[in-house]
Amino acid sequence: MHVVVCVKAVPGSTEVKMDPKTNTIVRDGGQAVINPFDASALETALRIKDAAAEPADVRVSVLSMGIPATADLLRDCIARGADDGLLLSDRAFAGADTLATTYALSRGIEALGGADLILCGKMAVDGDTAQIGPELAGTFEWPCATDVVEVRGLEPMCTCVRANIDRGVASLAVPLPAVLTVSKDIADLRMPSIAGIMAAETVSIEVLDAKRSASDARRIGLSGSPTQVVRSFVPDRADGAVTVPGDAAEQACALAQLIEGMSL
Amino acid sequence: TPQQRASRLAAYKDVWVFAQVDQTGRALPVAFELLGRARELAAIRGCRVVALLGQGATAPQDQAPALLAAGADEVLLCRDDRLATLDARVYAHWICDMAGERKPEIILYGATAFGRELAPGVAVRLQTGLTADCTVLDIDPATGLLQQTRPAFGGNLMATIECPRHRPQMATVRPGIFAAPQVDALHAERGRITQVALADAWRPSVRVDAIEHAGATDIITDADVLVVAGRGIGSKKNLAVAQRLADVLGGKLGCTRPLVESGWLEYWHQVGQTGVSVSPKLLISLGVSGAIQHVAGTGGARTVIAVNEDPNAPIFGSATYRVVGDCVEVARELTARLQA
Ligand SMILES: Cc1cc2nc3c(=O)[nH]c(=O)nc-3n(C[C@H](O)[C@H](O)[C@@H](O)COP(=O)(O)OP(=O)(O)OC[C@H]3O[C@@H](n4cnc5c(N)ncnc54)[C@H](O)[C@@H]3O)c2cc1C
Ligand SMILES: Cc1cc2nc3c(=O)[nH]c(=O)nc-3n(C[C@H](O)[C@H](O)[C@H](O)COP(=O)(O)OP(=O)(O)OC[C@H]3O[C@@H](n4cnc5c(N)ncnc54)[C@H](O)[C@@H]3O)c2cc1C
Repeated sequence: MHVVVCVKAVPGSTEVKMDPKTNTIVRDGGQAVINPFDASALETALRIKDAAAEPADVRVSVLSMGIPATADLLRDCIARGADDGLLLSDRAFAGADTLATTYALSRGIEALGGADLILCGKMAVDGDTAQIGPELAGTFEWPCATDVVEVRGLEPMCTCVRANIDRGVASLAVPLPAVLTVSKDIADLRMPSIAGIMAAETVSIEVLDAKRSASDARRIGLSGSPTQVVRSFVPDRADGAVTVPGDAAEQACALAQLIEGMSL
Repeated sequence: TPQQRASRLAAYKDVWVFAQVDQTGRALPVAFELLGRARELAAIRGCRVVALLGQGATAPQDQAPALLAAGADEVLLCRDDRLATLDARVYAHWICDMAGERKPEIILYGATAFGRELAPGVAVRLQTGLTADCTVLDIDPATGLLQQTRPAFGGNLMATIECPRHRPQMATVRPGIFAAPQVDALHAERGRITQVALADAWRPSVRVDAIEHAGATDIITDADVLVVAGRGIGSKKNLAVAQRLADVLGGKLGCTRPLVESGWLEYWHQVGQTGVSVSPKLLISLGVSGAIQHVAGTGGARTVIAVNEDPNAPIFGSATYRVVGDCVEVARELTARLQA
């Protein structure tokens, strides 16, 4: 059984600040962290491995597309129990939208020898489209379950999960191979073990550029991306709030008038 | 060449709206909201609005006429039991087959759990762009280029996205953003219902063993009024104060994550990135700091009244009205006045 966990490096959440003058994202320090949803996906994979009759038969690979420094995050995943890591890194991958990212990741999965199960986070906290998981499933023509809150069991042919759906939670039997995207709260990622730290020190993270991953140059990066961000701005509601003055009684009186005028 | 591309793109026309149905076969409110906006876009562009309705064979028969009355010129209707279980792969192939043949310029989906699983499956198979979770849609009348605006970085940033060289242009759109149109019986009479088939090849693969429905009371996503309690509410006992305020307003109670974590309220109350997105007409937040993971879920609220004792609380950055003070006291006083 081969489980591939897709992990994205994202800015540490406290560093997502806006420069009020230039309206751009300030990435002070540039300290990247593993997307919190992907940490949960990795823990889910590690628990599948732990629960297997022969844990050694379950291989957990971590896969990322990102800058060279992302290799350190993959190494950290190995310290926590993943078996190996693959990084897709090349200037040619830069500027990818979800379609181009999905294509690159699919090349990475091929390079890893395919997969029985792909685990993604429900979404990345920066781009937050939640599209990569279902687009990977579509690429391989595999079934998909999104926003999974519990993996109940994994058999060679099928996995049983509970997943959030519109207005409820569904229990699903998903035939393998498949893609699952997991909720943040499904599992908290474990700490590295001593053995894991030692393994991570010696393991070499495989890094593939566009050419070595046999990627079609027209399908990656900016040129392989159908969507373009043409403008970005800070929502104008910020700091526009009207202050309601007075003590609690006066404030309540003003608010009551306001609410009564709203025709709810 | 640019001319070849222009003529290739010109072959695509009309605005399609995917009309998601619930487990009883009724179209969701967001389907009607999207038809309302689609009509406006189609009027600018001088094209038609087409609704896609897939249902199980025993689902209610009146949904297609309802979609026509809400502004669709045509409903592409498929009643087939393979569509009954909302298997995203079957739906994706169904839509891809129709789009390949009929070439829509735009396809809109509700940014529901199902819509956000389905639309990427269509995008990757058609090899086109998809903008996630949009809150604003505009169109260039001459080129038909859709300007799709969406929040990213947990709502801290808005981005406008275009898909210049690929068709169809596709977006998922947040529920509760656009107004559902008035029912127009005349429009419904002019409209057309076209039966379309689902190819034999597409069969559901995911087996649905059980669905635990959220009860009607367990849903805060469609509330018109929401009172959201944060850690500043102080104690589990004080939650009753927030609940009473919600009750006098005919609203529901939401909360921040720490309240769920400490077991004060169940998960379905949680608003934010790992909870639900809400779009009430009025949101009153009590003792909420305004972390980006929380306000990521409140971007659709029309009016936000925030009560916080800290005059510099970040929540005021996304509020319409700023009330500095003790939230329990203000909530009690306000409840009393609204009851009077
Ligand atoms: C402001 C802004 C808005 C954007 N809007 C759109 C848009 O509407 N449509 C669009 O197509 N693109 C959009 N993009 C681009 C897109 O966000 C990313 O570039 C794309 O690479 C990943 O998408 P995501 O971050 O949304 O990931 P999501 O789809 O939210 O991520 C889900 C999961 O996919 C996996 N994953 C994602 N990226 C990687 C990676 N690099 N390596 C390994 N695993 C990964 C992780 O498991 C992750 O949890 C936008 C970018 C910005 C900056
Ligand atoms: C990956 C990730 C996902 C997350 N997802 C979510 C999510 O979906 N939803 C969510 O809510 N959070 C989420 N969080 C947590 C989020 O970052 C914040 O920690 C959380 O929203 C804070 O909740 P709070 O505002 O209730 O509490 P606090 O941050 O403790 O704020 C309490 C506020 O109450 C004020 N206050 C105190 N006493 C009073 C009083 N008597 N009267 C008036 N005001 C008072 C204080 O000034 C303060 O501003 C997530 C975090 C992460 C890392």
